[in-house]
Amino acid sequence: MEIDRLTVRFGELTAVHDLTLNSDCGEVLALLGPNGAGKTTTVETLEGFLSPTSGTVRVAGHDPVADHDLVMARLGVMLQSCRLYSAITPLEALRLFASYYRRALDPAPLLERVGLTHRRAIAWRKLSGGEQQRLALALALVGRPDVVILDEPTSGLDVEGRLLVRRIVAELRQSGTCVLLTSHELSEVEKMADRVAIIDGGRLRAVGTPAELAAADRRPEIRFSAPAHLDRAALASHLDATVTQPEPGRFILALEPTPAAIAELTVWLAERNIALSDLSTGVASLEDVFLRLTGEHQPEAKGPGQTP
Amino acid sequence: MKALWAQTRNEVRLSLRQGEQLLVALAIPVLLLVFLSQVDVLPRATGRPIDFLAPATMALAVMSASMVSLGIGTGFERHYGVLKRLGATPLGRGRLLGAKIIATIATEVIQLLLLGAVALVLGWQPNWCIGLIVLGALAGTAAFAGLGLLLAGRLSGPTNLAACNALYLILLLFGGVAVPASELPAPLAALATALPSGALVDVMRAATTSTLPAGRATAILAVWAVLGPIAAAFGFRWSPAK
Repeated sequence: MEIDRLTVRFGELTAVHDLTLNSDCGEVLALLGPNGAGKTTTVETLEGFLSPTSGTVRVAGHDPVADHDLVMARLGVMLQSCRLYSAITPLEALRLFASYYRRALDPAPLLERVGLTHRRAIAWRKLSGGEQQRLALALALVGRPDVVILDEPTSGLDVEGRLLVRRIVAELRQSGTCVLLTSHELSEVEKMADRVAIIDGGRLRAVGTPAELAAADRRPEIRFSAPAHLDRAALASHLDATVTQPEPGRFILALEPTPAAIAELTVWLAERNIALSDLSTGVASLEDVFLRLTGEHQPEAKGPGQTP
Repeated sequence: MKALWAQTRNEVRLSLRQGEQLLVALAIPVLLLVFLSQVDVLPRATGRPIDFLAPATMALAVMSASMVSLGIGTGFERHYGVLKRLGATPLGRGRLLGAKIIATIATEVIQLLLLGAVALVLGWQPNWCIGLIVLGALAGTAAFAGLGLLLAGRLSGPTNLAACNALYLILLLFGGVAVPASELPAPLAALATALPSGALVDVMRAATTSTLPAGRATAILAVWAVLGPIAAAFGFRWSPAK
């Protein structure tokens, strides 16, 4: 899968700007970004639904628009919102889709693989959201694709469903399939992806393995979890450091994680009888990297020695 | 070919599972034929009611299957993103449309056989010209399928539903189907004979009476049979309306 200097514009709006990204056989690449970052536009360009304004995309060596049939024969797609004929059953849908491909998988074992055998004769409209997601995943796999695009594959799935997606993605990697996935579930991405590309405002902000991104983002800071109502201004003033809360109950203290600084923090919490449920220093999580690169921050509380 | 036949079987099977589709395709034309031939509620041209009504309901059946059923079904498939999902497979537009056309023609064959049988029971004594019936049905299918797919490809699902039904009703009443064009006020009569509905009724009447000339109606229908699919090909959008 090759994306070379891709730009996609809709009138005045530039949805994707000069994006270059490649992925090889047996690799799982995750595309991350906030809503409106350009993920869906990028994915739909790879699927041939949109034409590039400039730049090129190639899937399995072919242009998805000019060589649509060739690309579709080797591409498996799980759309973000996959609707099917309301009266079709899972087994009928898999048999129908299998007929589109030259060397399709046997529908019945595939249905078993995604845990839908007991629901094989139920109309699509009567399946739960999670079951519809499982069927959408099976439909993406039925043609034995060389390249698979999974758009939000874990959305709406329960814990068992998420484990299933993780297992299938691992199997695809092992069989040499190139997988591109998008997700808002950063913890899932961290578990599944070999490489992560973060885009925001249509531009590529960072690309690398989760470990590489986290190492590049290493900053002098202490991260901890405590009740969300913690008085950040008071703590910031006490330690003379910035305290941010990227999400309720998670705090980042911009301070060199020396033993003395950690001791001072824990004493401050202990004096106020505030429970400390998690404390870490050093390597940032993928979520921290994502939040920093996409600017999705909560307002900061600053210490007395810092100017806003 | 495997994909085309599988898709065709799928289209037919899913149509049979939807009661409203069967209602529009089979029940309404048969009920109209029986009711209007037995109750003297409509103005009619000279001759027995059944001689006008049998070819008119056959034209209506073609219109129901190729414009209403196909148009509404395809419109909702587009509205809900089913077409988009199919667009991400190697099926391709040609095979999808081919499957829909074959399924529609299969439905029409059943409709025409059923209507012909009911009309014969009601006393219809046609002079068949099978070739012209087939030609009329195929040209009518192309014309109405073009119109149905044009609406389906431009409007959102619910708007398309309303538009297809409204157009069906307008053509039924003012398009020379339920009321002969000759019985309509002068401006409407001229319009009715120029519409695909009126032209198809005239072709079907000519094909079953062997006394009426069919040249003008066949030419009008042929023009619609070319224009309808061209309009659909240029106007159709596969992704859901935003």
